[in-house]
Amino acid sequence: MVCPAGHEGYARELTLMANPPPRSTSRDLERYAGLFASRTRVMTSSAMRDLMAITARPDVISLAGGLPDTSSFPPETFAAITNLIARESCARALQYGPTEGLEETKACIAEVMAAEGMRADPDDVVVTTGGQQVIDLVCKTLIDPGDVIIAEGPTYPGAVPTFSAYQADVVQIDMDAEGMRVDLLEETLDRLEREGRRPKFVYTVPSFQNPAGVTLSATRRHRLVEVARERELLILEDNPYGLLRYEGELLPTLYSLDGGGLAQAPGSAGRAAPFVMYLGTFSKILSPGIRLGWVVAPPPVLEKIKVGKQAADLCTSTLSQLMVQAYFEQGHWGEYVGSLTGLYRRRRDTMLDALADHFPPQAEWTRPAGGLFIWATLPDFIDTTDLLARALRENVAFVPGSAAYLDGRGHSSMRLNFSGSNEEEIREGIRRVGKVIEEQVALFGTLTGTAQAPARRSEPEAPAGTEPGARVLPMPRRGDAGRRAGSQ
Amino acid sequence: MSRVAVLKGGRSLERQVSLRSGARVEDALARLGHEVVSVDVGLDLIRRLREAQPDVAFVALHGRDGEDGTVQELLEILDVPYTGSGVLACVCAMDKVLTKHLMVEAGIPTPEFFAFSETAFRDLGAAEALPAIEDRLSFPIVVKPSSQGSALGVKFAATAAEVPAALVSAFSYDPKVLLERHVPGRELAVSVLDGEPLPVVEAVPRDDHFYDFESRYDIGATDFVCPAELPEGVTERVQEMAVSTYRLLGLAGFGRVDLMLDSGDGKPYVLEANPIPGLTDTSLLPQAADAAGIGFDSLVERLLELAEARPAAA
Repeated sequence: MVCPAGHEGYARELTLMANPPPRSTSRDLERYAGLFASRTRVMTSSAMRDLMAITARPDVISLAGGLPDTSSFPPETFAAITNLIARESCARALQYGPTEGLEETKACIAEVMAAEGMRADPDDVVVTTGGQQVIDLVCKTLIDPGDVIIAEGPTYPGAVPTFSAYQADVVQIDMDAEGMRVDLLEETLDRLEREGRRPKFVYTVPSFQNPAGVTLSATRRHRLVEVARERELLILEDNPYGLLRYEGELLPTLYSLDGGGLAQAPGSAGRAAPFVMYLGTFSKILSPGIRLGWVVAPPPVLEKIKVGKQAADLCTSTLSQLMVQAYFEQGHWGEYVGSLTGLYRRRRDTMLDALADHFPPQAEWTRPAGGLFIWATLPDFIDTTDLLARALRENVAFVPGSAAYLDGRGHSSMRLNFSGSNEEEIREGIRRVGKVIEEQVALFGTLTGTAQAPARRSEPEAPAGTEPGARVLPMPRRGDAGRRAGSQ
Repeated sequence: MSRVAVLKGGRSLERQVSLRSGARVEDALARLGHEVVSVDVGLDLIRRLREAQPDVAFVALHGRDGEDGTVQELLEILDVPYTGSGVLACVCAMDKVLTKHLMVEAGIPTPEFFAFSETAFRDLGAAEALPAIEDRLSFPIVVKPSSQGSALGVKFAATAAEVPAALVSAFSYDPKVLLERHVPGRELAVSVLDGEPLPVVEAVPRDDHFYDFESRYDIGATDFVCPAELPEGVTERVQEMAVSTYRLLGLAGFGRVDLMLDSGDGKPYVLEANPIPGLTDTSLLPQAADAAGIGFDSLVERLLELAEARPAAA
């Protein structure tokens, strides 16, 4: 780099004033930037990341996180577990373990899966460092740059950077109140086939989806597995919240529909689930801090996953695995999940009631039967990233919907979490978000000369989904029967 | 050797950038042998400053509070010398509408614009004037909040139908917004150090089909060329415009002026001036200083000297 004529003298003068140059300069930076792999190009902008970082301020009511409430876990249980490990398996807890995980942990995993009607041969399981690692390892195993992954629209925001890192081409399938539109999936698969592109796998969270909060219906579950079988297509079923159900019947997992059900005797029908890879985690039923998840996959895929796991981190924490084993031996994990379910159900109801009270009639939101999230969609003219900046002035935060899309959609939606805040915070947080939305709705009315009475509480003029403009995940609006938690 | 309070963080939307700027300044100060007092600006700011009794404050804040004169006013009250511009210059530069009015009056070319407050729409029916504005500026129109420092809230309206939503976005950040003629062309930044221009930096987005304001400061998303390769005479012209803007606003110590080189008429236009430009390792001012042979530590030392040499405003 050369300084332009006319400024050399000035530059020299300044240089002479300076001490010997200690250089951590833009030149270095450029040098590093030249070395970066193209996969480091992230989807989210720095402004967006900076905005999300502010949501962690302690004075902010954050409906943005996805945190389980770990404050209800009994400290005496935790002490008993760690004591037991210190007494009986100290050396082992401090040692490396097998890449695929400890047999004892796999027994606990079998217990959790059985609670949702599934069986898993221990040989088909790999214990991982959280469920997130499964997404990474599956991509590592299956995805070359440019390969197609099919995901829901919106999809789990935490999967977005993983898909981006492997330079996948993510095709998102719209959802409605019954989860992924499997008919649209089939149309998309046909289109991709015509284009000569074969998707590597379908990523789905069928139960209490993150972020949409909706659940794939039984009919669609059957059809999805049929589609996978007909087209020999792999599915990654991500099921972190299945046991956190607040109402309704247990639905069969895709894994069990693909032959992994408890009722099917082992060995009688060959290997379980030839087309469904199953992702489970202890994060939502026990603790995200222990970083323990697992994957069940067809043996050839699992072999590659093990190789990838070895390269990534050799093995999952032995200490964490022994903690789970010790905890499960006490035999109360089901009760703890039951207590969490009660806690979260009350928080969900509080949030639904608060939404009905404080969100304007133009807003729509989902009514999750379980899990941790509600997805709300506002009129098109509101950009939820800008709304978040405004909401942060009121010390409240949520996740802007665009974080759940790779194709630029979702800008007028938001994800709201109800598990990580208490009921008072939820009520106050929703009140504040509602106030900011009302302001923007009123402002838009002023700008367009279509001012609407902000306090309107009547039935919508048109059924949801029929108005112009591409709405994301159309849902019944406020005023429809059954929107309040209390009027189920 | 001085005791230097580095003011960073705060509650603005640019908190993260400020923390990075501040951390880098602190490292430089430590290498230069100064005593560093690190202050994440919050409710205890006055108490912290009274306790620390710094010789000088290095203001590494961006956006609201730090760049708009608020913190500078407090430092004046406490009688602590500080880096960068004084209260009035910050108030002017942080307000794009005010800046542009001043530039128009002084004959510094800036894209044609109209500015409105929220009350103009709410109480005076300004919406009825929108079609006239749209005629005057022609599409696409850039809609931006008057005070936001980063790219947040900046929207392009390609048609009249997109203007109201863009206004709603911009009003999320500031009660005052401006609608501006979109200048297609090359993005230039001229940093100014103690009234002297540094080499021109050009920001070249890598994906030019996807014009994304926000990605321009991400490593690898934008190429920075410094000094920018510009047609005959343009470098001198934009540097002169930057210095004129700097003087017009009464900026002191340092500042960065952002311009567009119009691909239509070939002329440069000033968009805005930043009283406290970013000092992170991807920021433009340190890159420009570097191209002029001024390392980051020298830059920091120079800003400190200028702060300590400046007579108190009162």
